[in-house]
Amino acid sequence: MLTAVIIPTVINGLLMGAVYALVALGLTLIYGVLHIINFAHGALLSAALFAAFLCFRYLGLDPYVSVFGLAPLFFLLGYGLQRFVIGPAAHGKDSNILLVTLGLAVIIENALLYVFRADTRTIEVPYAFNVVEFAGSFLAVPRVVGFFAAFGVAAALWAILSLTDIGKAIRAVAKEKIGAQLAGIDVGHVYAVTFGLGTACLAVAACLLIPSYYVNPHVGDAFVLVAFTIVVLGGMGSVPGALLGGLFVGVVESLCGFYLGESLGQIGIFLMFILVLLFRPTGMFGERA
Amino acid sequence: MKTRDTFSRRHFLQSTALGAAAMATGVVSAPVVLRAQGAGVKLGVLQPLTGALSYSGQQGKLGATIAIDEINAAGGIKGLGKIDPMVGDAQSTPEGGSAEVEKMKSAGVVAIVGGYASSICLATTQAAARYNLPYIVDVGVTDAIVTRGLKNTFRFGPGFGVLAKTSIENLVKINDQAGKPCKTVMIVHEDSAFGSGLAKLLNAQLPPKGFQILETIPHPTPTRDFNNVVLKIKSQKPDIVIPANYYNEYVLLARTMQQQQVKPKATYSVLGGAASSYKFVKEFPEAAEYIMDCNHWFDPRNPKALALKKKVEGQGQFFTYEVYMNYSAILLVADALQRAGAADRAKLITAMESSTFSGHVMPYGPTKFVNGQNQGAAPANTQVLNKDIQVILPEAFASAKPVFPRPA
Amino acid sequence: MNSRKILPLVIPVAALAVVPVFVHSNVVLNFMVIALLIALVGQGWNILGGYGGQYSFGHAAFFGTGAYATAILQVRYGVNAWPAFAIGIAAGALVGAVIGFLSFRSGLRGSYFALVTLAFAEVLRILASVAPITGAGVGTLIKLDLRPISFQFQSRAAFYWVILALFALSLLIVRVIENSRFGARLVAVRENEDAARALGVDALSVKLWAMTISAAITAAGGCFYAQYFLFLDAGIAYGPWISVEALLAPIIGGLGTAFGPLLGALAVKLLGELAKFVTGDAPGLDLVLYGVVLVLVVWLAPGGVAGLMSRISSRKTRAAHG
Repeated sequence: MLTAVIIPTVINGLLMGAVYALVALGLTLIYGVLHIINFAHGALLSAALFAAFLCFRYLGLDPYVSVFGLAPLFFLLGYGLQRFVIGPAAHGKDSNILLVTLGLAVIIENALLYVFRADTRTIEVPYAFNVVEFAGSFLAVPRVVGFFAAFGVAAALWAILSLTDIGKAIRAVAKEKIGAQLAGIDVGHVYAVTFGLGTACLAVAACLLIPSYYVNPHVGDAFVLVAFTIVVLGGMGSVPGALLGGLFVGVVESLCGFYLGESLGQIGIFLMFILVLLFRPTGMFGERA
Repeated sequence: MKTRDTFSRRHFLQSTALGAAAMATGVVSAPVVLRAQGAGVKLGVLQPLTGALSYSGQQGKLGATIAIDEINAAGGIKGLGKIDPMVGDAQSTPEGGSAEVEKMKSAGVVAIVGGYASSICLATTQAAARYNLPYIVDVGVTDAIVTRGLKNTFRFGPGFGVLAKTSIENLVKINDQAGKPCKTVMIVHEDSAFGSGLAKLLNAQLPPKGFQILETIPHPTPTRDFNNVVLKIKSQKPDIVIPANYYNEYVLLARTMQQQQVKPKATYSVLGGAASSYKFVKEFPEAAEYIMDCNHWFDPRNPKALALKKKVEGQGQFFTYEVYMNYSAILLVADALQRAGAADRAKLITAMESSTFSGHVMPYGPTKFVNGQNQGAAPANTQVLNKDIQVILPEAFASAKPVFPRPA
Repeated sequence: MNSRKILPLVIPVAALAVVPVFVHSNVVLNFMVIALLIALVGQGWNILGGYGGQYSFGHAAFFGTGAYATAILQVRYGVNAWPAFAIGIAAGALVGAVIGFLSFRSGLRGSYFALVTLAFAEVLRILASVAPITGAGVGTLIKLDLRPISFQFQSRAAFYWVILALFALSLLIVRVIENSRFGARLVAVRENEDAARALGVDALSVKLWAMTISAAITAAGGCFYAQYFLFLDAGIAYGPWISVEALLAPIIGGLGTAFGPLLGALAVKLLGELAKFVTGDAPGLDLVLYGVVLVLVVWLAPGGVAGLMSRISSRKTRAAHG
């Protein structure tokens, strides 16, 4: 009887963790390269969810289709935000970056509230309730798709970072900003591209999340703290770290929720966060500090 | 270290601090002074219009403004003139609410209606009590709201105690009528004031009535995923699942139960966030079918209620409890003002204490306030049948018979 | 310490102290009470973040501990409000010392430190939301008893003077730190911790003291909140809102300055009111405006309000000297 519940719990954790990983992938890139804690990440996720919702409601596009248009769109949005707002406003000071992303979070969330009001929106895709039976539990199709997509996105990001010129430039700037500048790399452009990639990941996460979730101006907030945990756990700036970290956190959350109850169970994530920070702050795959 | 205290800087600091205080006085009182010059009876409408509770706040404001518009269209309050509403945003926090109470009091409102959340209402009723400013709570269910001995506080709707008691009585009734098919129960509740308080009462009162509680599962708001909760339900197979949570979590729970093909003999919510929501029924008809709720509900035989429903739906909004409870609360206050004969706070309190108002749209009967609590206030039992929400109890207001347990 | 150092503190505080004599509007007094409360909480943050350079995202941990300690002692153990207040401050300081010890001992700095404090605050919030002693989800309600003996007052002016006194005390503490060896070491750690260590500064001890003092001051804010609003739950006591307020005020007002937190708190609150006034009833629009102005302020006045002021006053001094 116990295994009948533990295995599905672990599987649930993996599926949920994949979604967390998608959100964290963007954040880890932004943190790893720009070294900023992006407070606006949650609000941007909410915006991406609204975008996916609008594409469905007014253009009739299934989220698995609209993702191909939304990812580039959000890339541009992220690029623009970093290049023209965050970068200039921050003057390079950490405290300022913090406030600017905080301010952006407030602006985005409340602009969504003003335009769309507070009602919760959902979409009904025909496959939302289709299930795949596996190891004794029913797995919702959208979540299974999300699971594989997370691997796909991580692989794509890894490919971009390792194989393309811009990817190499990003890694160079992350490692040694001044040296990269001396080598002629436009750091401002690289920062903006990174932020853009991070935001594009959010768009993908949103499209994969929306069939099983809901949309309102505050919805992104629920994912931010978990995403931060994963970024730290996996190692800031590490793409495989974010993916595996996400899955791991998902499973931990699931098991803690099972044993301690959903409310107290949330503590598992943060305790793990604290332990990792205290004993191995660079995370599983991070660079040694 | 910036300790070079030049004389000019010292002056600057002191004048800035003073200037800031003066500016605060000016800026903050200016709009208040401007508003105080309006005519008519000033009434405060306080709702969480922004922040986490913004949907409920907007709905509450809608109900209140419709009521005020209707009263004004008919010439206002007899003898006193039209109602001049002052809308305040509690920003979903107790501090925000209290600050708005101060502003409304300074603007000269004769009473404040609203608050919505228990935590906000506790702070706002207290702030209003300093000035003996009448405060009518629309929804906030925690019992502490009316047990602090505050003379200015009135609650139109029911509190926890009544809610829990009625929901259990009705469950027993429904179960008995069907031949007692159900015995085991699992409770899934959100972990803040309303969910926890309710779960506590249910845990105390269900077992003596013959029900066995298999497990009580709290969860935070927001909860991102209910698959584990549903897994527990699936493995323990309770006859009845009792959810008590807010809309979004309720929807996720119901959808997850549908996905996992978990179909208990009955889903009997108490203050279920979506269980008696037209929005939920419209968007998820399969997941919603047969779900029961014990919640705030309007009187379905009252033509005024039906007219209001039509009006609200005509505006493209859902007819939710915040709407009709605030609508009723405004009508209640207007009636009390009329009987008080003056836009005077103390007279209004006296009028409220002796109020026997029936012009509302709730199944409560005439109002009767004891220590600020409307005695007749009680929830109703609803069930989603054929994609519509029917009232099944109390019998006097029922529009359908319960289907219990869920057909196989 | 000579009077030249104290006087710049006394004059503005005295000016603030007479405000209730002239201003009777409770709207304004309530506004000022909240602003001073945020200023107090922010001052705590300022000591660790502004003077010490360690940015915490979890000051809610101290605020909430002070608030809950005060409330629980009164409600469950019948302790009088005044000693409960003092114990609340001590409890907050203790939590600060523990979190500081764990974090600094592991060598956490910068964003890592910020994130670990965030995690600690969240852990406390979750515990408070399920623990029976805090009332769990239902929260804790202090009995309404508007008498000074219960640390509750009929008039808002009385609350105002209390919070002003607490803030004035925090100003004094800051001024003492600024002029002490401890303060010099603290700033050295802020500017360059490794260099400071090389010079023989015990960075761990310095940071730990700063954290403890910081936590105590912020906890005092929490205790005050409990007495002013009388109701707490896990989200109010330990929620991210207060962690954000704690850092927003000093950064906007001027990091590492004594009055920075107050100037920042006033600026931020006034901005909120102004935004509401300008945008009217439209939901969320006032906060959009608020966010825009926030970003603009950071963009154009990176040193905060105090930074602006010192630029203006040094320009005045230069102009005066021709």
